[in-house]
Amino acid sequence: MGFVTTFLSVVVLLPIAALLSASTTEGWHQFWSVVTAPEAVASLKLTLGAAVIVSLINAVVGTLTAWVLVRDDFAGKSLMNAVIDLPFALPTIVGGLTLLTLYGPRSPVGIDIAFTRTAIFLALLFETLPFVVRTVQPVLHELDREAEEAARSLGAREARVFRSIVLPNIAPGILSGVALGFARAVGEIGAIVLISGNVPFKTEVAAVFVFNHIQSGDQNGASAVAVVMLAIAFLLLLAIGGIRYLATRHERHA
Amino acid sequence: MRRLGLRSVAIFYLVAILLGPLAMVFYRAFEHGIHPLWSSLTDPNTIHAFRLTLEITAIAVPVNTIFGVVCALAIVRRRFPGAGIVNAIVDLPLALSPVVVGLMLFLLYGRSGWFGSWTSAHGVQVLFATPSMVIATIFVSLPFVAREVVPTLRELGDEQEQAAHTLGASGWQTFWRVTLPSIRWAVIYGVVLTTARCLGEYGAVAVVSGHIEGQTETATLRVQDYYENFNLTGAYGIAIVLAVISVLVLTAMTLLKPKESA
Repeated sequence: MGFVTTFLSVVVLLPIAALLSASTTEGWHQFWSVVTAPEAVASLKLTLGAAVIVSLINAVVGTLTAWVLVRDDFAGKSLMNAVIDLPFALPTIVGGLTLLTLYGPRSPVGIDIAFTRTAIFLALLFETLPFVVRTVQPVLHELDREAEEAARSLGAREARVFRSIVLPNIAPGILSGVALGFARAVGEIGAIVLISGNVPFKTEVAAVFVFNHIQSGDQNGASAVAVVMLAIAFLLLLAIGGIRYLATRHERHA
Repeated sequence: MRRLGLRSVAIFYLVAILLGPLAMVFYRAFEHGIHPLWSSLTDPNTIHAFRLTLEITAIAVPVNTIFGVVCALAIVRRRFPGAGIVNAIVDLPLALSPVVVGLMLFLLYGRSGWFGSWTSAHGVQVLFATPSMVIATIFVSLPFVAREVVPTLRELGDEQEQAAHTLGASGWQTFWRVTLPSIRWAVIYGVVLTTARCLGEYGAVAVVSGHIEGQTETATLRVQDYYENFNLTGAYGIAIVLAVISVLVLTAMTLLKPKESA
């Protein structure tokens, strides 16, 4: 017990305290003026905007992929199932580099999105691909299909069956997968750093902003944006905990 | 028909985002033959980078394995006040940017940091050296073992442990003979995930390492170094070595998963 708390304090809590203290040494006012500086705001806006778009795409494509993996059957399905986890196993910098070979300056398919915002979306889609699939898949697997059959025999169309029966059941899974992916997208650097060009006000995401400002010796700027990212991470973990709590409470009452 | 449509969309997306790019990086690596690839991979600084990555992983994985198992036992078996908070802190590295982790350590162990002045007074170089890179890697790979073991322990219940205890087994005996054998697949699965995360770490290590070629450069930093110095073959070469390791990790994961539920 003492080991766990001591370890967590030294490895996690002390560094957090160091960041919070560094970002507020010159007062709350100073923190606010640094975090609202145009370049910081631009990077945070870009990051959050990209994370929202990527989350929406993940919610749709992730659910669709999970559905295919659970309800469909075809040769190569187990291979497809295994491949989904590849972005978890692959180093992020390798992820960015692979995208650059297919969608970069020497693209064999004629698509060159290097050093644009599109590159950022693509890199984030790559890195966050498994999250929704892996949170929806087990729920869909456990889902009792009798209710769907009943709805169909009562004349409900497929879209109605999905909306009224399947979706309410898998919604908590979709939401927690989206939240995990969102957190990942907000903090991502490895997959982005080679492919985005990192131009301030254009393609500089928050993580790259922090990195660049550490390199240039601007610890205040780096710390201020890092504190915002830390707050976002905490809020998302809270949200995931809340979703999990609500989902299981629903189960207990049912 | 509709089923076929959905299947095609899912497969197309996977190929466009994931498999296509991955295949292309292998093609590009071998594009100019084996020789430039081989000389980039056997460059002394590259070999050093791989060795450093392995060293860091060799420290971080055992540390996080022991911590993960102890932490999971504490969370599940000792319902102590604040278990929820411990649980949340363990999950934090999953949601937090590795760059922010790097910055935190940079501030803590930097010259004006709380620990930095003490360590430099005792002649220990932490920042821009291996120790900070090990700490950063431990931080980012912290949750994986604990997160795998916690649900397994919950499902297991503590009846067998109670029985062992009643029959006079000590805490250690119970752990080694009863608990550990039941959670071993979860532990192994967690170790595989931790290893993958350690080998691939970039953001936190990029901040604290100082990126010194031949000294504090890991394999992932070497990829960036090669890329930025226009040695693309070298960058692709390290990338495919790391990708092959990832595929091996993935295979291990796939093979372990059914055993876990059995």
